[in-house]
Amino acid sequence: MAFHTRALLGACAVAALCVPATAETITIATVNNGDMIRMQGLTKDFTEKTGHDVEWVTLEENVLRQRVTQDIAAKGGQFDIMTIGMYETPIWGKQNWLVSLNDMPDSYDVDDILPAMRGGLSVDGTLYAAPFYGESSMIMYRTDLMEKAGLEMPDAPTWEFVADAARKMTDKDNEIYGICLRGKAGWGENMAFLTATSNAFGARWFDEDWKPQFDSPEWKETLSFYIDLMNEAGPPGASTNGFNENLSLFQQGKCGMWIDATVAASFVTNPADSTVADKVGFALAPDTGLGKRGNWLWAWALAIPAGTQKEAAAKEFINWATSKDYLELVAAEEGWANVPPGTRTSLYENPEYQKVPFAKMTLDSINSADPTAPTVKPVPYIGVQFVAIPEFAGIATQVGQEFSAALAGQQSVDEALAKAQTLTAEEMEAAGY
Amino acid sequence: MARAVTPRRKTINTLAAWAIGLLIFFPILWTILTSFKTEAQAISDPPVFLFFDWTLENYAVVQERSDYMRFLWNSVIIAGGSTLLGIVIGVPAAWSMAFVPSKRTKDILMWMLSTKMLPAVGVLYPIYLLFIKLGLLDTRVGLTLVLMLINLPIIIWMLYTYFKEIPGEILEAARMDGATLKEEILYILTPMAVPGIASTLLLNIILAWNEAFWTLNLTAAKAAPLTAFIASYSSPEGLFYAKLSAASTMAIAPILILGWFSQKQLVRGLTFGAVK
Amino acid sequence: MATQHSRSAARIMMAPAVVLLLGWMLVPLTMTLYFSFKKYLPLRGGDLGWVGFDNYVRFVSSSAFWPSVQTTLVIVGGVLLITIILGVLLSILLDQPMWGQGIVRILVIAPFFVMPTVSALVWKNMFMDPVNGLFAHLWEAFGAQPVEWLSDASLLSIIIIVSWQWLPFATLILLTAIQSLDSEQLEAAEMDGAPPLARFGFIILPHLSRAITIVILIQTIFLLAIFAEIFVTTGGAFGTRTLTYLIFQRVLESQNVGLGSAGGVYAIILANIVAIFLMRIVGKNLDA
Repeated sequence: MAFHTRALLGACAVAALCVPATAETITIATVNNGDMIRMQGLTKDFTEKTGHDVEWVTLEENVLRQRVTQDIAAKGGQFDIMTIGMYETPIWGKQNWLVSLNDMPDSYDVDDILPAMRGGLSVDGTLYAAPFYGESSMIMYRTDLMEKAGLEMPDAPTWEFVADAARKMTDKDNEIYGICLRGKAGWGENMAFLTATSNAFGARWFDEDWKPQFDSPEWKETLSFYIDLMNEAGPPGASTNGFNENLSLFQQGKCGMWIDATVAASFVTNPADSTVADKVGFALAPDTGLGKRGNWLWAWALAIPAGTQKEAAAKEFINWATSKDYLELVAAEEGWANVPPGTRTSLYENPEYQKVPFAKMTLDSINSADPTAPTVKPVPYIGVQFVAIPEFAGIATQVGQEFSAALAGQQSVDEALAKAQTLTAEEMEAAGY
Repeated sequence: MARAVTPRRKTINTLAAWAIGLLIFFPILWTILTSFKTEAQAISDPPVFLFFDWTLENYAVVQERSDYMRFLWNSVIIAGGSTLLGIVIGVPAAWSMAFVPSKRTKDILMWMLSTKMLPAVGVLYPIYLLFIKLGLLDTRVGLTLVLMLINLPIIIWMLYTYFKEIPGEILEAARMDGATLKEEILYILTPMAVPGIASTLLLNIILAWNEAFWTLNLTAAKAAPLTAFIASYSSPEGLFYAKLSAASTMAIAPILILGWFSQKQLVRGLTFGAVK
Repeated sequence: MATQHSRSAARIMMAPAVVLLLGWMLVPLTMTLYFSFKKYLPLRGGDLGWVGFDNYVRFVSSSAFWPSVQTTLVIVGGVLLITIILGVLLSILLDQPMWGQGIVRILVIAPFFVMPTVSALVWKNMFMDPVNGLFAHLWEAFGAQPVEWLSDASLLSIIIIVSWQWLPFATLILLTAIQSLDSEQLEAAEMDGAPPLARFGFIILPHLSRAITIVILIQTIFLLAIFAEIFVTTGGAFGTRTLTYLIFQRVLESQNVGLGSAGGVYAIILANIVAIFLMRIVGKNLDA
């Protein structure tokens, strides 16, 4: 295919005005994150290479999820490519709602995709979505404030150390808060963080019989620890802070530490947006010595819904947007630090990319997350910061609202956990477990 | 008509009314001002009000990312089309209810209003399936129809209350002179009802323009109006107040301008029969 | 006046509107009823068979149901109260002679033209944000601890946002009503030495009762359906989950169409209870 289009391109160069016979217009639904907006801006390159046009439907994350889920569940056929995550891919793939990507051309080099990413986006060896960028979570901290507190961040800290450092760094009079963590309710917001963190505390969502475990002492410890820490060393209004709010706080120099997605590293070290660009250090997400670290694994990936009329063109787009060439294209236009991270082994072997300060820590974090064995105790599900069952998004969003209300001081930890336990049990029963 | 008041009282009235008016308008003003700031100025502490480096950069960025004119055009067609269609269907219905009332007229009117109480979220799935079957997803026709149906009860009700205030004797006189039903509606009723129709038109264009559930859920790329345009600027990564403000200003400006220019017409008929 | 001829003509002219609205009511309603008796989980293969009244029982017995009904009523009631009280005061003020009345009126009605999504985004980010919001700066300027609006005063915040959007509508209708008030009557009362409060209570308010009823009726219809304001600001957290929002969570977030449809049927019932209640008042007040 790639050879074919290249030949066509050659012909076009001669005939200047020609359009490939198979030119199509594909509709792509995507999220309004920086990397995707950059991709949107580079569409011209794709159109020049293949002749296909792209219509973008760029939506905020929550709206996007709602739209694509609705569309695929009802088989609306509105989109030729959907941007989905590591949570949706296995569920939809199992339903045969997505087109298999096992037949990508050799030049695509599917073996180059990081094993963790490829595994998380495959069902029984079939790749259903191609990772556009991948992430884990890690600690981003202010080197200057850490020094001022007289501490030194180890590469693999414990929660105990992090909590202690956070309290020492906090200086509320000057609007410096030791630690910024997600508090905004949502399965992809506070629950992504809390679920991953609970793994480090030895908690789990369900036991082997799918019984919810919010009544366990491990969950109580997780939630109490988190809320105490945030009350003492967190920013005001933490219960409405999500990824974006925390990013903005960190960029303004108001956070000592921030544990969140590894992709944030390129934003906080970008001098154009960040006031603290040259004072940021990185470390692995903390643990409590139980053998699991609280770092998640996520990818935003491009998938083709089954039944689209424009499968071939859609595959050409995926081949373009998730290829090695695309990484080089972005590097040439915007520099290596702005390349979509976390998808390809070759990127991390590239000496140019190794100079990027957060490259190594990102890769280490991704490699240390294991969705197939996320917890200390055994569980019947896969997923680090989520549970890969269709009901999870709905349940976790409601649980997240209870935890968020507890963080805001509107209810106690015990009340929040009791409500979480009840509503999870109700929803699981409604789903027929 | 005009009551005699002391200049002092008039001054106090003026000051109070202006203060409250500006207070109510402030969020919009602030959004417009912020749209001309840089992202850093947009969140500066203390906030800057007027003295900043005015920039059009945000508008350029927004325009570069999304084709504003396409969203705008869709909004115009969907809001305008659904309202016009609603008026065409609503005028005869309102006419017959106002001038040939029966015992059930009031019940029918209330029933029509009650269809507006169908919770949209609850019927999204059925409607979505229906739209797939009919091939109406992501089409302007489909959205125009849905918004027309949503607003039809309000349209009929507004027209009805307005028609009721037209004295029946005039129509009777026309009928004596041998006017047909068609002539009666076209040449006598309609001219008298123009203010009512105009304000019905305006109110429903506003309602349709601002409808954000169906317009977002039933569209993708082709028929997406400004409500979808806004959905790509709420909470992206990084600082976004200034860009959000620019996108917001672009989304509300057309309807705000229309509303201001036509506010006299809008207000004149916006009584719902409340004035006797 | 109504001849046989005009009666049949009237019926024909009403037909399109009635048929369309009947279809718009019946088709979705039938489908919603159909789904509500099914176990229908699109992400688990769709139609999993009939389940009788299971969905109805489950929806009501869920721990989220009654709080959501309560939240719905608080929001609707709160917004009605604020918009009507402020609307009456504002319309009286705007009716007074002043300079620049036209411009003030333009300023006051402007929020009505702003889409709910935009107004929610603007209020949430630029005013109520506890760090960068204007309110936070204002509070700090007076040495106070900024309020965490959307978590600590979540219901109030949403009521404020929605009231801001609907105040212009209430004001406009009330203003038109006040302007139709016979000013001679007021002047006569003033001459007789009636204090302002008495004039307000015995002349203005009774005259406005009809307009107030209209405002209540129309706003209630729209307020029962508010969605964007909650979706954008709190996402249903901190006790702001209305019945509409609960159904949204069931249908779209949990992808349980059967359960959500049962919720939809309950919402229709609730809306109709409110409607009947309203129409009783309106019926009395309106000789429609």
